[in-house]
Amino acid sequence: MSKGYCLGIESTADDFGVGVVSFKGEILANINDSYVPEKGGIHPREAARHHADVAGKVITEALKRSKIEPKDLTLIAFSQGPGLGPCLRTGATAARSLASYLNLPLVGVNHCVAHIEIGKLTTGALDPLTLYVSGGNTIVSAYESGRYRIFGETLDIAVGNCLDAFVRESDIKFERGKPLGRIVEELAAKGKNYIPLPYTVKGIDLSFSGLLTAAVSLLKEKKYDVEDVCFSFQETAFSMLTEVTERALAHTEKKEVLLTGGVAANTRLQTMLRIMSEEHGARFSVVPKGYSADNGVMIAWTGVLSYLHGMKVPIEKSFVKTKWRLDEVEVPWVEKRDIS
Amino acid sequence: MKKEILVKKGAEASLYLQKWHSRKTIMKKRLSKKYRIPELDIAIQAQRTKRESQLMHRAKEAGVPTPIVYFVDLQNSTIVMEYIEGKQVKQVLDELPSNERIKICQNIGELVGKLHRAGIVHGDLTTSNMILTPKDDIVFIDFGLSEQTWEDEPRGVDLHLMKRAIMSTHFTHVDECFKAVIEGYEKVLGKKATKEVLDKITEIERRGRYITER
Repeated sequence: MSKGYCLGIESTADDFGVGVVSFKGEILANINDSYVPEKGGIHPREAARHHADVAGKVITEALKRSKIEPKDLTLIAFSQGPGLGPCLRTGATAARSLASYLNLPLVGVNHCVAHIEIGKLTTGALDPLTLYVSGGNTIVSAYESGRYRIFGETLDIAVGNCLDAFVRESDIKFERGKPLGRIVEELAAKGKNYIPLPYTVKGIDLSFSGLLTAAVSLLKEKKYDVEDVCFSFQETAFSMLTEVTERALAHTEKKEVLLTGGVAANTRLQTMLRIMSEEHGARFSVVPKGYSADNGVMIAWTGVLSYLHGMKVPIEKSFVKTKWRLDEVEVPWVEKRDIS
Repeated sequence: MKKEILVKKGAEASLYLQKWHSRKTIMKKRLSKKYRIPELDIAIQAQRTKRESQLMHRAKEAGVPTPIVYFVDLQNSTIVMEYIEGKQVKQVLDELPSNERIKICQNIGELVGKLHRAGIVHGDLTTSNMILTPKDDIVFIDFGLSEQTWEDEPRGVDLHLMKRAIMSTHFTHVDECFKAVIEGYEKVLGKKATKEVLDKITEIERRGRYITER
């Protein structure tokens, strides 16, 4: 592999992240600054304003941490989609400016592909069936003939969004800026009694909207302990996720299972997937903390892989793609020789 | 019951080949999942065993070939059913010449149409759940996720899943296959109902988080 360094910018949603990696896959810096809404969910324009405010600072900090001079960089990568338009455009603008000022090639990266690639880089998984779970995505995918094919996904909201909305709709008190999924996880750990909730699996697809509505109304009834509701909510949602992953595993007959994305940080979900994978004799791995949530490193690394396969984008054609699906992207670097 | 041979360990159940009152049968035993808490696990297993046996029978009444159900044991989440000779459509579809592939897909579409007309939604329409017999009949299996409904929404989801299964498994023939499925479906349900379901599929696809409008 040729020598070089790539700086990657991630800005699909509430995180503005910058990562620096070498072409060999050494991670040199991973700096992140998150937009925290006053209340409610992510306001795209407000988040974009935040990204614009912190962009300079985060890029400088990442370069400083990596001990690399701007002139030593070989490549600039940015997340081109999918995501929130205003946020994506802010990151893209920063990336274009850097590429143009430093006269470097630019690579647009698919955010979902990046979550899979960072999982593979950090865990050594080669050809896994991947469960990618975050605030915006819930996808079961695996490599097949040049692309990551989608075997299952949510039919409505993402599981992370379901967890977040559940906390926001409730009157659970929480510390501002703390991941809402972690609040559910902590409360659920103290719950014991299972209250039946809608369990919606359709083939390898799933749906979370009914579960969200039912769980929120359980809380509002005030008949149950909040710990028990969180426990039941989490058990139901994660059992659904594990079941569809298991279905896809039986269908694809892959030998590895990879858990990636922001919700991958949940230890209960990790446990369930580990038990399931072991039952099928598959090796289970989970992306390490620091690389589960959105980050610039995954963009930088996927940028390297793309660039080494001739996939760069001229600045004038580097439009963001807010609805860019995972299975639309060619991934020529995943060759059969990597897959034993 | 004796001399069971494990023929397939699926995601959800194990299938055993056995003689049952001198018939060649499949015993489908749903497995308890260690990752799920027992309360949830027991409820899911019981519900699916019940639905599967009931709707497999209803499907036959609707003119859709399914294995005959001989025996149901809810306590042990077990169904004993007829053994179907043949191959999974998944295994043969890509290998066939185009005209035969289209014929099979049209046939599948007709069968899905017949299910929907009878108010049955299969819930897991993949080509692994269809068996092509030596007589070229298609037999639907695995009704564990099926439900009874006449609404457009679940019908749309059913066909959307079928399309997605074709996209991920038979990606070289997606357009040809799905078009043929819809032709068969339309033969049974007519133009109007088919259009309504197709519109529903588009709506479902647009509802997804990141789907380019095609």
